[in-house]
Amino acid sequence: MTQPLLANYFPILVFLAIAAGIAVAMVGGSVLAARQKPYAEKVSAYECGFEPFDDTRRRFDVRFYLVAILFIIFDLEVAFLFPWAVALGDIGWLGFLSMMAFLGVLTVGFIYEWRKGALDWE
Amino acid sequence: MNWTLVLPELVLALAGLAALVAGVLPKRDTSFAINMGVFGAMLLAAVLVMAQPEGTAFAGQYVSDAFTRFMKLLVLAGAALGLLVAMDWNVKEGLAKFEFPLLLLFSSLGMMVMVSANDLIALYLGLELLSLSLYVIAAFNRDSERSAEAGLKYFILGSLASGLLLYGASLIYGFAGSTNFDRIADAVSATEGVPFGLVVGLVFVLAALAFKVSAVPFHMWTPDVYEGAPTPVTAFFASAPKVAAIALLTRVAAGPFGELVEQWQQVLILASLGSMILGALAAIGQKNIKRLMAYSSIGHIGYALMGLAVGSDLGIRGLLLYMAIYLFTNVGAFAVLVAMRRNGRALEGIDDLAGLGRTDPAMALAMTVFMLSMAGIPPLAGFFGKLYVFLAAVYGGYWTLAVVGVLTSAVSAYYYLRVIKVMYFDAGEALDARPTSLSVVLAGTGLFTVFFFAFPAPFLAAAQAAVAALVG
Repeated sequence: MTQPLLANYFPILVFLAIAAGIAVAMVGGSVLAARQKPYAEKVSAYECGFEPFDDTRRRFDVRFYLVAILFIIFDLEVAFLFPWAVALGDIGWLGFLSMMAFLGVLTVGFIYEWRKGALDWE
Repeated sequence: MNWTLVLPELVLALAGLAALVAGVLPKRDTSFAINMGVFGAMLLAAVLVMAQPEGTAFAGQYVSDAFTRFMKLLVLAGAALGLLVAMDWNVKEGLAKFEFPLLLLFSSLGMMVMVSANDLIALYLGLELLSLSLYVIAAFNRDSERSAEAGLKYFILGSLASGLLLYGASLIYGFAGSTNFDRIADAVSATEGVPFGLVVGLVFVLAALAFKVSAVPFHMWTPDVYEGAPTPVTAFFASAPKVAAIALLTRVAAGPFGELVEQWQQVLILASLGSMILGALAAIGQKNIKRLMAYSSIGHIGYALMGLAVGSDLGIRGLLLYMAIYLFTNVGAFAVLVAMRRNGRALEGIDDLAGLGRTDPAMALAMTVFMLSMAGIPPLAGFFGKLYVFLAAVYGGYWTLAVVGVLTSAVSAYYYLRVIKVMYFDAGEALDARPTSLSVVLAGTGLFTVFFFAFPAPFLAAAQAAVAALVG
């Protein structure tokens, strides 16, 4: 190999080829083998129950928004936890306790949202 | 790691977390107890600030010196007075939720971090903690359309300012090679010919901070937010956060960018001139007293910035004194606005003060003192604030600033005097009886405003020590 850097990316190329192959096989197979009965609702893009093309200023339930915000907080928590867990051996007690303090603050927030009923849909 | 240095902030943070759990776990209403607890935590933090040793912590991100002590005491005083002013109002408006004191507490924590920031990251963290709390309390009366609008408006424009700040900070980091103020100061003084990008970054940061102190031309949000937010929230907005943002502006300008004084001076002189002129002219036609106070606060920020713009130790000392005096006078004036209530309904028109001179002479007298002090009439406190700032401008040879300052003071005296005229010469019905907490605030701030001339020495000495610590 003359280009070791590019060679490192070879698995990704394989992965892309397999992904493209599977996608083509699935769509192509359904075009060839299945019965086609399209109608407007069926061919339109699926957008979580919303109209895909609509006025952006329509109303929707604020609970969707709340759930999304709460999701982001705990999603980010996990994003912080992974590198912390990997590096835990090197960062010592200070690193461990810093994350514990962060989790403690987050837990207080969790207690608050739970008691306030932000997690109840009804 | 120097944990004892950050004790005041730690106490506030832990008290906030504890109060959050204590507020949400019991089934019954705990808002009064939490009000008291937060008030106590602020007083405890103030005592700890007074005993705080000097030094740096967190790898140079946090600094404690005479300047931070002076500013933190002002910030905590402003927040504690804000809480005192709001308590009775919140009960009467049905807004007595335990989240209100908590948001004040967290914003105080953010302001203390801002004041102690010695690094661009710490600066941003403190500023965001403050801003996020402020967005929420601006919209605290969430069933009121105006309050919600104020919160949304403040949030959108505040996010824009945060974006400017981050962009400027990234430029400064790119050209100076560090986010630490001491390293930035080294980079600014070491290079021959300061990189242009560093100046651009500095201007962006200054613009964002000018937004936070509502200096012209970044003042547009102020009247709308001040009018829409609940009155005690406006009282808080106009006091403590301005002091903290001015502290940050002073630290950034005089600390890491002290060598670039010619660069930021032009920006601040323009902002100061614009704020003074707009504050004096735009307030004349106002009928809503909260809008009037919003324009008045823009004008006062113009006078305060004059102290920084002249770029001398004397000017910064004048600025610190100005903010101290402005804080107490302003909280006092807002305590009167919070007390404006007739038959249980809150009032906001200047005309609603009519007849106060006969129906409630004590409060009318207090309001007269605050208005005359803001206009800069001797021997009230506001006169000395302006005196020190104007003196610094004259000694520095900035005649334009001083002359415009005196002229706009004369113009603004018109609308301050108009409030007094309405109170004493117009006829009107009596207001509802004012609650004890407001009487205490009115008496305290009123006595400070009247008798400042008798004992300015401790304030001058504290401000002098703060300047010495800042400029070094």
